[in-house]
Order: sequence, then structure tokens, then C-alpha cells
Amino acid sequence: MSIEPTILRARGLTKSYGHVVAIDGSSFDLRPGEILAVIGDNGAGKSTLIKALTGAVVPDSGALYLDDEQVTFHSPLDARRAGIETVYQELGVAPALDISQNLYLGREQRVPGWRGTVLRQLDKKAMREGSARQMADLGIRIQSIRQTVETLSGGQRQAVAVARVAAWATRLVIMDEPTAALGVRETNQVLDLIQRVRDNGLPVVLISHNMPNVWQVADRVHIHRLGRRVALADTSSLTMDDAVAVMTGARPAHTIEQVETAPDEWEHTAGEGAA
Amino acid sequence: MTQATLRQEAVADLQKEVGHGRGIRSLLSHQVTGPLAALLVAVVVFSVFTDRFLQPGNLSLIAQQSVVVGTLALGQALVILTAGIDLANGAIMVLGTVVIGKAALDGDVVLALVLGIVACAVVGAVNGLLVSRAGLPPFIVTLGVLTVVTAASRLYTDSASYPIADGLLTVLGDGPTIGGFTVTYGVMLWVLLTVGLGYVLSQTAWGVRVYAVGDNPPAARLAGIKVKRVLLGVYVVAAIVYGLAAWQALGRTPTADPSGYSTANLDSITAVVIGGTSLFGGRGGVYGTLIGTLIVVVLQNGLTQAGIDSLYQQVATGALVIVAVLVDRIVRRRQTR
Repeated sequence: MSIEPTILRARGLTKSYGHVVAIDGSSFDLRPGEILAVIGDNGAGKSTLIKALTGAVVPDSGALYLDDEQVTFHSPLDARRAGIETVYQELGVAPALDISQNLYLGREQRVPGWRGTVLRQLDKKAMREGSARQMADLGIRIQSIRQTVETLSGGQRQAVAVARVAAWATRLVIMDEPTAALGVRETNQVLDLIQRVRDNGLPVVLISHNMPNVWQVADRVHIHRLGRRVALADTSSLTMDDAVAVMTGARPAHTIEQVETAPDEWEHTAGEGAA
Repeated sequence: MTQATLRQEAVADLQKEVGHGRGIRSLLSHQVTGPLAALLVAVVVFSVFTDRFLQPGNLSLIAQQSVVVGTLALGQALVILTAGIDLANGAIMVLGTVVIGKAALDGDVVLALVLGIVACAVVGAVNGLLVSRAGLPPFIVTLGVLTVVTAASRLYTDSASYPIADGLLTVLGDGPTIGGFTVTYGVMLWVLLTVGLGYVLSQTAWGVRVYAVGDNPPAARLAGIKVKRVLLGVYVVAAIVYGLAAWQALGRTPTADPSGYSTANLDSITAVVIGGTSLFGGRGGVYGTLIGTLIVVVLQNGLTQAGIDSLYQQVATGALVIVAVLVDRIVRRRQTR
């Protein structure tokens, strides 16, 4: 049967720490061009699932497919090389460095010719131009690309972090609670930015506790409960209340309208996950 | 559409926020503005109140009095930029001088010089490994290394001093005299090192990474920077600079004395901090450090010229350090809202 096209797909992901099973045969499906929200109660295994997708955790079993090709990430660097970039709640930027230095941190460009190869001179002009272009592409207005990040507001700082990952990600972007530390207005700025990242062609995985935020931007929602995905649904066909009910176990997942994802494979590997 | 208005509002907000309070902040935060102003004030005050301060001979002396601490301070600045501190730099330099002094007895002075610098680099690597790999606090690591290296230098020499006779080893004390100003090769090396390290810090990827590691280590790590390797590199490069300071020291006083320069570590920290480099890491640089060194030396020199007790000089220097840290704190608090 035809499998729905996915950028990133996981089947039967399992990871346990001693006796604690953090993820238990979980599936994951991310389509091209969508914002997929991952929601779940504390302890549902969301963060372990995300770590497995970004290479921070190596699952005990299960398979990961990037553009339908099976991949194995042994470290975050592997995932990054494969084109997956992650934004975290905090910690993403260096406040004393300017915007351009932050966007190119760890990926600095040197000037062409002997000044670059012998003197290792950075091409600051090219990096500033690249940064200005990236910020403009995402509609982030800042006064100067040479501003240090500490002179920016919290929302703008997070915007720099988002611009940074969007600049380098070639496959998809994962955002782990990117607005948790922000106020309402700044949250809206970042949510708006997340939509622009998607509109510019990068699918986004958004981990969030904030249901209104999720329904504001996400196309689909992945509900995680007791270590596995219990539902995958369009945000347009599911209410927040129903999602919370499924998330907490108050309502069985099969009673809501779900998206179909290669059902036989899903059943098959879900059963195998614990083995 | 709501989306479009939202975006416009966001953009308007961004512009409004960025707009105010930037002038004063950027002036305050600029690396060398504050220290340079302080240096100029000191120079003007001493020029007015003493006769000899501005004379070429005295200005040459200030430069020469600055080179050893100034060179140590350059290495110290690198370490402090990573939010570390190096209490052992004076001791490492002294180890360098005694290794050079003892090795020079065999006759090969070039080899002696190289051995001295290598000895410094090895101790720097020990510092760097303990800080980066073992994750120990730099303060404790370098305090321990300070004690060990100071004792080791004395054991190595039986607490004896070695006079240095050779021209190459003391050449940094020589130099051309132009119009009454004597510019020693040591002063030239100090300035050259400042410019060189300034280039590395501001124009190379390694420099940016040093700042990033000092500023926000988790962010640096997430950006794929090998934080431990950068830290190790900083301590080794700093120690090589201390090795060059050992050469400077032999140019100033042609004796390898294992008990000399016992307060050079604190003097170098003073110079770095007065020069505007933040003890919290990630902010500052070597040009400020050069100015900071000059401030300390000008203060001592000028107060001596004015006939003020040297204990008051220490009071002034100490007070200046605290003012410098306070300013740094205030600037930081204002910036990290």
C-alpha cells in the first residue's frame, strides 16, 4: 500500500532507563511543509522521543526514516549533519556576541584566498550580509546586525535562535518549548516566526504545553501518552478539550478522528517495540 | 488579515524596543572607551601636578615597567574571557625564567629559550586539562598549580638565582632611543603580542569561539563548538604568552630568581579587570588589557613622582579594581534584562 510521504518517520521507538520505560514503541510522522505539535503530560516521554529524533538519545530499538531512508543518529552532530536543527527553550544564543556572530557560531566563514587559509581571517562582511538576508527572509526586524544579542528583548533573542536554526536546517526544525520563557506578546512574535519558517519550506516539530499556542499555529498534533503516540490528528478536526482528554487518559484515543498513517506498519512495529 | 497585522505589530514593537537607551549603553559597553578615558585623566592629572611625569625618560620607564605584567596580563585576559582566572601565571613565568637560566648554563641559549617556553606551555596544558576535562574550577586549579610550580622552581634551583649574561636572553631590555624615548624590543614585543592576540580574538573563528565559550557555554556547545578543546587551547596559548613574559623579565632584570614576581598574578588580574574585561567571561579584550596595564603603572609611577607613599598607591590600585568590577556589574545588569 502507498505510504504517505514523510520527512521524518519513526516506528517502534523504545528507550528505557533501568526499569523505567521512557518511550515504548512510539511512532512519529512528520509531513513536508507542516507544523506538527507534540503534546503530552509531564512524564509521557515527549522529551525522550524528541531526544531520540535529534540524536541526543540512542533508542534501544525501533527505526527512524529520514525521507524514507532508514537512519541512525549516534549523536546530536549526526542529526545536525542530516539537516535537523533544534531550538531550545533557552540557552540558544550567546548574549555578548552580535546577531551575525550568533547566526554563524560554529559555522564561521573565512575570506577567500590566502587571508582566509593562512591568516584564518573571518569574512565578517559576508556573514553580516548573510545574516541580514536571513533575518529579512523571516521578517525579523532589528536595528543593526551588529547589535549584541543582549540588547534585544527575550522574544527577539528567541527569534535570533530560530533564524539561526532555520538558516542551517535543510530537512526540518525541532522547537522544544520555544515560547515557555516568553510573555504573551513575545510568544506571538515567535509563533508568527515559526509559521514563516514553515512557509519558507521547512517543516517544524513544535513541542509545547500551551494548547492555545498549539492550535494557533500547528497543522497536526501528535498526542503522546505513556511512552507512545496515542493519536495523530488534524488540529482542524480536534478540539483542545478533546486533545487534553486524550492526553490525560480521560478519553480513549480511538474515539477521536485520527489521521491515517500506514496502519499495518504502525500496528506491526508497535507490537514489536517492547520486544 | 490578522496574520499580517500581527506581523506589523511585532515589527513595530521591535523597532520601538530597540530604539531607546542605546547610546549610553553602547558607550558604556564599548571595550576600551572607559579604560582609555581613565588613562587620559591619570596622565593629565600627573602631568599637571608633577614636573617629571611627561618627560621622555619617564614615559620610556613607564613602558618598560609595564612589559612584564602587561604580557602576563595578555595571557590572563584570554583566560578571563572564558570566565576563568589564572592565579598561576606569575609562577609559570618564573618557572620559565629559571628553566631558561639553568639551561643557558650549557651554552645553547636558543635551546634554553625554547625549553623555557615549552615548560610554560606544559604547565598551561595541565591547567587546561584540569579545567576542561576534569571540570574543576579554574580558581582552585590555578591556586594549586601556583603552589606546586612555585615550590618546583625553588627545588629545581635549590632556591638559588642564576645571573643571565647572554645577549639574546636579555635583548628585550635593549632598544633604540629616538628623541629621548627609549623603545625597548620588549615593549615592541608586548605591543606586537597585543595586536596579534587582538587579531586572533576579533578576526578568527577561534576568537569568536573563545568569547562564546566564556559567554554562554551551553549555547556554545549546542552550536557544535568543542568547548573543552577551546578551553584547553586558551590555557596553553596563555602559558606560551607567559613564557614570552619570562623572556621579557630577563630583559628587565638579567637574573633568573625563583622567588621573584610573587604578586605578578594579582597585578595581571588587576590590569585585565581595569582594562574592561569582565570576570564573568565573554566580554573585553586585549587592547583594553594593554590600557589597563598602563593605568596601573601610570598610577604607581605618577604617585611616586608626586612623592606619595607607596602604601597609598596600593590603596588607589585596589580601589580602582573594585570600581572596575562595579562598572562591569552595572553594565552587565543593564544589558541582561
